Amino acid sequence: MKKMKIILGIGALSVAGFFMVAADHIDAPAVAGGTSDITDFYAFQAEDTDNLVFVANVQGLLSPSATSEAMFDESTLIEFNIDTNDDKIEDWVIQAIPRDGKMYFFGPVKPTTTGLSSAIETTATTAMVDISSYGGTAIIENSNDMKFFAGPRDDPFFMDFAQFTEIIAGNASSFNEVGNDTFAGTNVMSVVVEVPKSMIGGSGTINTWVESKTKQ
Amino acid sequence: MKTLKYTLLAMGVSLLAFNCSSNDDNNMIIDPVEPDFSGTYMQADQMGRPAINTVFVSSASKDDFNVTIPSEQGAAYQSMFQTNLEGLSPAYAMEGDTNALGLDAATFTSVLATDVLTVSLDGTTTFYDGTNVLTGRALADDVITVELLLIFGGEDFTENPGLSDDNVNANDKAFLSSFPYLASAW
Repeated sequence: MKKMKIILGIGALSVAGFFMVAADHIDAPAVAGGTSDITDFYAFQAEDTDNLVFVANVQGLLSPSATSEAMFDESTLIEFNIDTNDDKIEDWVIQAIPRDGKMYFFGPVKPTTTGLSSAIETTATTAMVDISSYGGTAIIENSNDMKFFAGPRDDPFFMDFAQFTEIIAGNASSFNEVGNDTFAGTNVMSVVVEVPKSMIGGSGTINTWVESKTKQ
Repeated sequence: MKTLKYTLLAMGVSLLAFNCSSNDDNNMIIDPVEPDFSGTYMQADQMGRPAINTVFVSSASKDDFNVTIPSEQGAAYQSMFQTNLEGLSPAYAMEGDTNALGLDAATFTSVLATDVLTVSLDGTTTFYDGTNVLTGRALADDVITVELLLIFGGEDFTENPGLSDDNVNANDKAFLSSFPYLASAW
């Protein structure tokens, strides 16, 4: 039944124009539709302006009925990368990995190795939060001056993607006067971390990106 | 029923007693099982700014882009990004044509090809709010319209108005002002 849903979902997307799905929802064949597929990444100043918030969303385009069954994958590491000296190499990482209904966090920590391969930095500062359930209250953990959340959320991305694909396909010459949010009513699996700016550079400008990494 | 309760209680007490008595030889203390965090994790996907891989990377290269580290993305991808940008918005193919940030096709794509999000630790964090440019990405930022404007809008955002705004300006659910900020699931 679940497989059928997925097949139907991909079929509908193909018709809409498979080669472009924004933001990065289903962006590349190797990860498309899987548990390591990152849909979006956000970094913004927190309600407490001494803090910065990182949001990583994976497993996009979840219908409400599919969301109740959606889970984080214990073989997928989500890693926030922070570059403080503008060489586009991570100086700090914050790692998130699920185990038995909890999301474990490590960092911010200077990574043992940079680049495509990671080990979990188990000697770093550790925190964990129970993964919130679909339909339940958001469970928040406050630990080491940081805040943590993991669980299903509304997909915050909004765009008239359907019309965009019509334009790219040559079937339309412009957007509609009133657009239609293709992502309305869909959910994602979110990991949210709030961290004091003092732990990731303090001031100035950082470069940041998110990675999903699969256990070998 | 009541008897059953007492029986269970009695059993519980005897179990506790047994546990206590065994503390002497240290054999019955069971440590909680530590989760297994061992192993090597290899990159599958990565993302900095919204829609970059989606829009500027050709289909056959999307997987490769996801496993090219940011410090090597510029050298590997700038020319592909420029070709695809000029294909999307032919004005960029003309000598000297720039967008509202004053960037021509080569310069703009050299910025885009390194797919990291720049974030200010000193205040406003927004993709673009009319004043601040690329100081972060907040949930409510209309990032697609900003990208459409920079791709199609020309030097002063007036070119191709029908292509420069998708006319979806906000999310379908209100965001929270407090952690975890994202709206609850549908």
